[in-house]
Amino acid sequence: VTGLHRVRTVLLPPTLAVLFAALLCAVALVVSGDNPFTALAVMVTQVDQGTTAVDVVNSAAVYYLAALAVAVGFQMKLFNIGIEGQYRLAACVAAIVGGAVALPPVLHAVAILLVGALVGAAWAAIPALLKACRGVSEVISTIMLNFVATGLIAFLTNTNVFGVLRGNNLSTRPIAPSGRVPGLPLGGGGTIFGLIVLSVALGVGYWFLLERTRFGFDLKASGESPTAAAAGGVDARRMVIIALLLSGAVAGLVGLPELLGRDFAYTLTSPTGYGFTGIAIALLGRNHPVGMAFGSVLWAFLDKSALALDNVGVPREIVLIMQGSVVLSVVVAYEIVRRYELAAEQRRVAGQLRARAGAQAEAAT
Amino acid sequence: VTAVQAEARPAASGAGRRLPRWARPVLVIVVGIALLSVTTALTRQYQLTSSGTAQAAVRLMLPILLAGLGGLWSERAGVVNIGLEGMMILGTWGAAWAGYQWGPWAALLGGLVFGALGGLLHAVATVTFTVNHIVSGVAITLLGLGVTKYLASLVFLPVSQNPRESPRVPGFGEFSIPGLSDGVSALEAQQRVVLSDVAGLLGGLVTNLTPTVVIGLALVPLTWYVLWRTRFGLRLRSCGENPVAAESLGVDVYRYKYVGVVISGALAGLGGAALVLNPGQLGYLEGQTGGRGYIGLAAMIFGNWRPGGLLAGSALFGYVDGLQLRAGGQAVHALLYTATLLAVIAGLVAAARRHWVPAAVALLAGAVVYAVYYAIDTVPREFAAYAPQLVTLVVLAAASQRLRPPATAGEEYRRGEGD
Repeated sequence: VTGLHRVRTVLLPPTLAVLFAALLCAVALVVSGDNPFTALAVMVTQVDQGTTAVDVVNSAAVYYLAALAVAVGFQMKLFNIGIEGQYRLAACVAAIVGGAVALPPVLHAVAILLVGALVGAAWAAIPALLKACRGVSEVISTIMLNFVATGLIAFLTNTNVFGVLRGNNLSTRPIAPSGRVPGLPLGGGGTIFGLIVLSVALGVGYWFLLERTRFGFDLKASGESPTAAAAGGVDARRMVIIALLLSGAVAGLVGLPELLGRDFAYTLTSPTGYGFTGIAIALLGRNHPVGMAFGSVLWAFLDKSALALDNVGVPREIVLIMQGSVVLSVVVAYEIVRRYELAAEQRRVAGQLRARAGAQAEAAT
Repeated sequence: VTAVQAEARPAASGAGRRLPRWARPVLVIVVGIALLSVTTALTRQYQLTSSGTAQAAVRLMLPILLAGLGGLWSERAGVVNIGLEGMMILGTWGAAWAGYQWGPWAALLGGLVFGALGGLLHAVATVTFTVNHIVSGVAITLLGLGVTKYLASLVFLPVSQNPRESPRVPGFGEFSIPGLSDGVSALEAQQRVVLSDVAGLLGGLVTNLTPTVVIGLALVPLTWYVLWRTRFGLRLRSCGENPVAAESLGVDVYRYKYVGVVISGALAGLGGAALVLNPGQLGYLEGQTGGRGYIGLAAMIFGNWRPGGLLAGSALFGYVDGLQLRAGGQAVHALLYTATLLAVIAGLVAAARRHWVPAAVALLAGAVVYAVYYAIDTVPREFAAYAPQLVTLVVLAAASQRLRPPATAGEEYRRGEGD
């Protein structure tokens, strides 16, 4: 019974949501005169083409880091919308530091990773302190800090600060080979990022932290019921600060697989939007390490295979509709299933009570 | 008789310490203009109070103001609306689509309708399904962006040959208030202290207006009247303050929340339409909103969830933005001087009231800002562009204890489950 219950409450909602979103997109495609099955077939066959499969894996690793960063906050009902700014600023500063120092091979890469995590945590410290000391909602402060981070990055990559002009693009100084992390080359298939190991390790670490440590228990307790946690001796302020710093530190690593495995410099055209992707995947995977892994792969598949849609004349933006509607429908699906389970539970208990009352009445007569 | 006296006394003592209600906005405007005049006279940055800057400020303020009003309607009904940005994006598409075919009035309507659809979706998710408001808002922003890009490449691409741009949307004709406009610009040209500054700022408000500006500014008192002076408004606000109590008095809380959130989306969509119809814009452009939905939210918080404060907040943000665009970093640099003056005045006022800690903090902040002013020649344009966000952070840090959001904004509410 518990196994079936688990399937209903854990697996059913995301499956329903993905199907619903796919149906929505299919309708949109039919209305605009395209064949949804052709579109899907093209997207699936695209995985076989060129470097798409490796691109999917690489992107999934990056998205997974972003989702972990979001999930750490979500566990405590903290909405760190600021992953976006934290990871971009951290990648930028890490690239500047990495390009400026000369260190022996492994040490250089480790130093860059540390700088990334520290900058991410430092940027997250602002909303953390504002929330803990001044009661400012972390949602608003992190949104504002995302914008400020964009300004700060534009300032730092300016040619009269740390930037250099390469072609038409402003960039930081390239990181020397000693600071790069070699990947797993697959010939024509592309190269898998070496830092994919980091994603896996942090996923395991996240699971261990939540399920096997006192801190993880406190974190979840504070999220479930702040009053109960406080009664149990958990310092709410301290938890807010630690959770946001941790979230920011993980966020600081999000940009590094691409930085150390492919780009070797931070440019003004470096990718953006991973923070919001992370929020979406954390919601889709319900903060569960395995669920978020599936979510990351789905998201990366949608992103990378969409390029093939242009070949059959379907606007590839249909994928954005798919992603947006998945997020919204998955949270709705969880709520519907929760209500259904609640009603079923009430019926079950009521039935048991009736049966017991009936038995007692029989015994009395 | 005693009952009347008992009621009258707290009101009277309150009035003794505080200013009458009409005096506060007047005071804000007078102090603001005085500070700008002094700064202009001392730093010789005449762009600070030129009519061109004021005009740019009004135009840049408008989308922020409309988005902020959208946030106000929603949050007053108890629903936090982070999805304003997405609704605004939907509004830009709707406005461009309707506008390039049927003209500017249709564009306003198109933006309104598309924004309202986004609002409806947010209402379904947050009210009917009690989804977390932040989650739904983030999802709607993602979805709004996706739908807009898809529709743009489907509908605009064949006409404009560019998936990121709409065909040209005809704008409104501009008009100036006759008589007043000419007189004011003549006065501005004389460059007299204070008088010309006032004339410049006023000039921006009366020259080259568009119906969008008039509608946007008229919506502020209208919102105040509907929300604070009608039965409907009282009920809507009661849903944001204490939905369980409202429910017990027979208010259909779900319906009021729906109305508030749909109007919120419509206003955000109108903000998108204002962007599309802005003089100098061709029409829809991908990434056009540039986070203005979030700045609108910031303006609302700055204004303490009140229409007047919201207007002041969006005017401030629009002004800094307009100044930065027209006159660049040196003019924004002069604003640091204004900020110093403001901090000193605030410090002296606090000291006069014997509030020693705030006074010290304000004077210290003034000293720091003046040090920055003295140390640099110009504010890097990268930071000048993000002044609204920085101001919001400072306001939140300094005054978050004194802000009063609707009591249950952002909380789940289920009918019949109150305690």
